[in-house]
Amino acid sequence: MRPRLPLYPDHCHPPRHTAVHRWPAEWKLAGAALVLVGIALQPGFSPFWFLPLWAGLIALGRAAGVPFTLVLRRILWLSPLIAGVALAGAWQPAGGPGWQVLTMKSITSLWTVILMAHTTPFPEVLRVLRRLRVPHLLITTLALMHRYLFVLTQEAERMQRARAARTFQPRATRLWRLQASVVARLFIRASERATRIYQAMLARGWS
Amino acid sequence: MHIPDNFLDPKTALVTSALAAGAVGLALHRAQRDLPPARVPLLGLGAAFIFAAQMINFPVVAGTSGHLVGGVLVASLLGPAAAVVVMTAVLVVQCFLFADGGVTALGANILNMGVVGAVGGWCAAQAVVRLVPGMAGRVAAVAFGGWFSMVLAAAACACELAASGTVRLSLALPALTGIHALIGLGEGLISALVFSTVARLRPELLSHAAPVSRSGRARDLWTWGLTVSFALAVLLAPWASSWPDGLEKVAEHLGFADRATAHLPAPMPDYSVPGMSHTVLTVALAGVTGTLVVLVLALLLGRWLVRPASGLHAGQPAPQRRTP
Repeated sequence: MRPRLPLYPDHCHPPRHTAVHRWPAEWKLAGAALVLVGIALQPGFSPFWFLPLWAGLIALGRAAGVPFTLVLRRILWLSPLIAGVALAGAWQPAGGPGWQVLTMKSITSLWTVILMAHTTPFPEVLRVLRRLRVPHLLITTLALMHRYLFVLTQEAERMQRARAARTFQPRATRLWRLQASVVARLFIRASERATRIYQAMLARGWS
Repeated sequence: MHIPDNFLDPKTALVTSALAAGAVGLALHRAQRDLPPARVPLLGLGAAFIFAAQMINFPVVAGTSGHLVGGVLVASLLGPAAAVVVMTAVLVVQCFLFADGGVTALGANILNMGVVGAVGGWCAAQAVVRLVPGMAGRVAAVAFGGWFSMVLAAAACACELAASGTVRLSLALPALTGIHALIGLGEGLISALVFSTVARLRPELLSHAAPVSRSGRARDLWTWGLTVSFALAVLLAPWASSWPDGLEKVAEHLGFADRATAHLPAPMPDYSVPGMSHTVLTVALAGVTGTLVVLVLALLLGRWLVRPASGLHAGQPAPQRRTP
């Protein structure tokens, strides 16, 4: 079974060797937010806005050492969604912005977010959120989720591989029950792990 | 169903973000109040679980495969307030780490899948629980709630896209809800299978889901039911005045429509489809029939999954008796 989304180990521990990675996360997040809002507010295709932006994004990707193919792969992975709505937009009566503009704006936004995600470690994002006074329950949830995301994903893969090694390829109806039991066991393991984590947090003085 | 950037106009993005922020704030407040500290890590682990579970493929016909979304499943396992927090965390991480769903559309995505979908589905599930007592009823409730959550979330998504002028409502609403009424069948089936397996293996995990007292449970249902209704009402508000209704039709027949239109400026240019009210009636009837059919299917599924001592688990006591 292949995972639905390609997971890269660099999501877990992004390389921190370039200057772009060391920039304060506040700047990067604020810059990305400005760019995204700017793109959203553009009524149509204006070269004075998009050409410098593209040049900046290419330069930033170069400086941060994010391979262009990686960005392209992620955009292609996410594009069926954009294509679907763009296709629906093509039927729209004239008046609004055309679907070509919409597609281009969406891809530029995706590019920005992908670059930001690959140059900003998630703990830094959480630090910024804490500075913005987001409720601590949400931040704790996000932090724990990010920590155990890859652990649980790998656990699910291991369980599926073990299941595949022990059984023949069953009929679809049987396979559904088997896969559902994998999901159920994953939940049980996650809740057992949560109990252990709570005890470990208490032992370290969490309150 | 993740809306990307630029598919919503600033007005819709702002309104949906405000609604989502309010609902998430309410959920955080309730979770903080009701959740014992020992269960706080379970929110993070639950979010990681949902993310991992979404990667497990379920084969559908002709080589395609579906996966769990999990809002109603997590609401039935952990409670509605926890479900909103968990789904919010999942959507935030999907947005920032994997660029799945736009940053400017994050509020809309949280509103659709985390609030309207998960909590609306949970409310529908609670109604089924009241209708059919016992474990079979709870499994049927999860199945029906899972289906209902997908349809509700798709309808909310269609309203937002149409309010932004990206797609016409007459195209987006039937297409999105129609597709998700089919996808929702899978979602309901997976949710029910997972729920019944957890109930069989670890029934004590389910006892944490809802407040113990009856009045607390009713208050929870009222609060969240009103929240979801309010969100849906705000999303539907732009359309309330532009749908030609029966009165307008009658007015046209009687010949005073031209007088009336002077007083009622339509927010949208009039696209009058002949026999529109008839179409709306047919669609509404089809919707009600479909919902009833899915409800019956869910009840049958609940009966089938919670058979006392089937061949597979012979010797185990029936879960029906263990968790009343």
